[in-house]
Amino acid sequence: MSPLLQTIIITVVVLLVLMTIAANLIWVERRMLALWQDRLGPNRVGPLGLVQVVADMVKIFFKEDWIPKFADRPVFFIAPTIVIITVLMSFAVIPFAPGISVVNLNVGLLFFLAMSSLGVYSVVLGGWSSNNKYSLLGSLRAAAQMISYEVFMGLSLMGVVILAGSFNLNDIVEAQGRITWFFIPQILGFFVFFLAGIAETHRLPFDLPEAESELISGFHSEYSGMKFGMFFVGEYLGITLISSMIVTLFFGGWLGPSFLPPVVWFLLKMAVFILIFVLLRAALPRPRYDQLMSYGWKFLLPLSLLNLVVTGLVVLLLK
Amino acid sequence: MYSDQTSVIDELNNKFGQQSFVTQPTQDEIPTLWVSKDKIKDVLSYLKHDVPKPYKMLYDLSAIDERERSNRLGQPDSDFTVVYQLLSFERNADVRLKVALKGEFPSVPTITKLWSNANWYEREIFDMFGIKVDGHPDLRRILMPPWWEGHPLRKEHPSRATEMGPFKMPDEKQTMEIDEMQFKPEKWGLEKGSGETDFMFLNLGPQHPGTHGVLRLILQLDGETIVNIVPDIGFHHRAAEKMAERQTWHTFIPYTDRIDYLAGVVNNLAYLSSVEKLAGITIPDRAKVIRVMLSEFFRISNHLVWYGTFAQDVGQLSPVFYMFNDREKIMEFIEAVCGFRLHPGWFRIGGVAADLPNGWDKLVKDFLDYFPPKIKEYEKMVLKNRIFKARTLGIGAFNLDEAVEWGVTGPNLRACGIEWDFRKVRPYSGYENFQFDIPTAQHGDCYDRALVRAAEMWQSLRIIEQCMKNMPEGPYKSDHPLTTPPLKEKTMVHIETLITHFLNVSWGPVIPPGEASVGIEATKGNNSYYLVSDGSTTAYRNHIRTPSFVHMQMVPFISRSYTVADLLSILGSLDFVLADIDR
Repeated sequence: MSPLLQTIIITVVVLLVLMTIAANLIWVERRMLALWQDRLGPNRVGPLGLVQVVADMVKIFFKEDWIPKFADRPVFFIAPTIVIITVLMSFAVIPFAPGISVVNLNVGLLFFLAMSSLGVYSVVLGGWSSNNKYSLLGSLRAAAQMISYEVFMGLSLMGVVILAGSFNLNDIVEAQGRITWFFIPQILGFFVFFLAGIAETHRLPFDLPEAESELISGFHSEYSGMKFGMFFVGEYLGITLISSMIVTLFFGGWLGPSFLPPVVWFLLKMAVFILIFVLLRAALPRPRYDQLMSYGWKFLLPLSLLNLVVTGLVVLLLK
Repeated sequence: MYSDQTSVIDELNNKFGQQSFVTQPTQDEIPTLWVSKDKIKDVLSYLKHDVPKPYKMLYDLSAIDERERSNRLGQPDSDFTVVYQLLSFERNADVRLKVALKGEFPSVPTITKLWSNANWYEREIFDMFGIKVDGHPDLRRILMPPWWEGHPLRKEHPSRATEMGPFKMPDEKQTMEIDEMQFKPEKWGLEKGSGETDFMFLNLGPQHPGTHGVLRLILQLDGETIVNIVPDIGFHHRAAEKMAERQTWHTFIPYTDRIDYLAGVVNNLAYLSSVEKLAGITIPDRAKVIRVMLSEFFRISNHLVWYGTFAQDVGQLSPVFYMFNDREKIMEFIEAVCGFRLHPGWFRIGGVAADLPNGWDKLVKDFLDYFPPKIKEYEKMVLKNRIFKARTLGIGAFNLDEAVEWGVTGPNLRACGIEWDFRKVRPYSGYENFQFDIPTAQHGDCYDRALVRAAEMWQSLRIIEQCMKNMPEGPYKSDHPLTTPPLKEKTMVHIETLITHFLNVSWGPVIPPGEASVGIEATKGNNSYYLVSDGSTTAYRNHIRTPSFVHMQMVPFISRSYTVADLLSILGSLDFVLADIDR
């Protein structure tokens, strides 16, 4: 098989799998939230309500795709696509199993950080072009939140890079096979990255850009139909992405006892973190905007710097 | 009566001279004095500031259209009467002052400088009666839309659409109404900017997930910081007071359920306490205890809804589901007893609609076993949550003086550190026979208001348990001619009772002329119905004093310089219901 054909096949399969996961996460989240909230959740369409996703999709495709008159049309149109594109691009560097990744970049980690930073444009432009005050407040919050959490998201990963000695995600996973899963030496880094990841995907408790009880729906208040759907799918793809990154960087990626194939290990671990995301949403209230910021700058930033310094020191001493 | 009421009359007579006042006897024994229009401000100021043990709170302010009233024995001649009711905490007493006004559209001096909460009350009497308030800073309509013609509570204003002639919407009217809806900051008394800054105006509501109903708040923002707020209420106004002038005393009961729609029978109790005072009915013990028990169930139910939605307002999604499940358990009990759930309308003049069903005590016991672990769990889940604390501690605080100045009552007042609960200080419906404490807190912020309510649920459970263990035997309705409908057993054998039954059910009971207002501790604060009877089958005037109205009025005052996110905490912590504000 030619390498080109192989890449195309992997790309298509990864894309399909991801879209399926993201779509089904709607069902997973609603059912799990219901379970934790003493409710039933969607259980009518198909067995266990599994076909709910299809029903939702059919509905959302047939909804009127309304663009408000006061909106900035082209930007309003582009905004939701950005989130999908950037998140999907990030998946390109993730090794799902040995040899199964779209590209094997030697700066994979940096590529991921760059793409996730671009994702904020989606929220900011979406809120800005809606020309609605709630959306504007939402996107202002999003911009500030993303910029500050971006900083220690990057910093928190430097410990992993020091340990593995590479920015290549494949190498990082293999390094974990040699040393140990990095969440043990990098527990602080893991902690900071996880929090930054929640902020990055703006999920509760860091869902300030869309804080329902305050800003109605924040940046996507004016969106309807499939454009709204894209924000929605983008959010679930984001969760999947952050979960995959956590697994790759801290929990040994595809590594695991050999009775299951590596890719299954990867997906299993990823599922656990996705569920943690959902559980957080069921459990926690939302801090205020300034509390979120000061928590980030005054607590998480020093923590990630400390982590970086200590890791560097230890690695130097052990050499 | 709970305290010495006559001394205030002497004090006023000594200060202003006997000729300044006309005393009017009322059924509720609240000292009621008529004062002339030019003296009213001085008298009120004296009562607020100078009299020993002053009357610090403006408890209520309303008006009466007297033009068609026939039973006004000994009262000064008046076309419109403005009624002020003050409350003194030190005396545990009220005083009611009345000002007689002559003419079609009379005027009265404002007292907004004396009491901050007079503002909305005075706007309301302007809106409802067309009484002009001289010197009022912002005399606009409050409940009706600005283009409304006429003043609804005037006797000549029709109470039904069918009496108003066909509806017309000419082009000019349509243009005018659309024009009225255009937002112009100046019209709401808001500056567009200050110095270099342009303010942002955010229209929160009438449809907004955080306002718990059709409430509109106009926010003047500097960034996300609140500079000022103008609440726009009246979207939920259903003219309950006007309906009361049409419905019989008996058939108005179900309307009261819908005033504070989370408190169910507690509203019935507030209304009926006044009616029974007017009719002079004493309630048998069993009926009293049944009333107390159901009221406390509804207090828990109300607090559960508040608890859940408050948590949701600060972003916690799950508690509201657990709490609604528990509320469902309460509703099942209410349904087993009353046959209805949210709006049972189950209390009757002179008692309750029916006796408790067989096996009711088992249902109560099940609930008493089930619920306490749940409250403990909620305390861990919500009150002890660190993010929840960060969102509520020190937010929206007001001190006791401010609370009294704004007429705050109920848990919101007790969160400022005063043990003031009508169930204790002015026991009604036999509350004096129960053992319970009044939870208080000290700081008067959002978190303390939450603490007080959470603690009140424990006390309600205690009261319910005592009701269950000590339910007296006996009739569930009073043996009184005005009890409606009367006890059935007698109707079948006793011709006088049959006739009364027939009349009271077909025409409605005739309540003797007089005036009464009995305050009760409703779920959200003090609720009372100021009833004026002209000796007919309907109320001549029924003014409903609701706690949420004053609490909402205070929101701008306590929200300034906080952020939009804090505003949602403040709104959630105050526990209001829009129907309770707009009536």
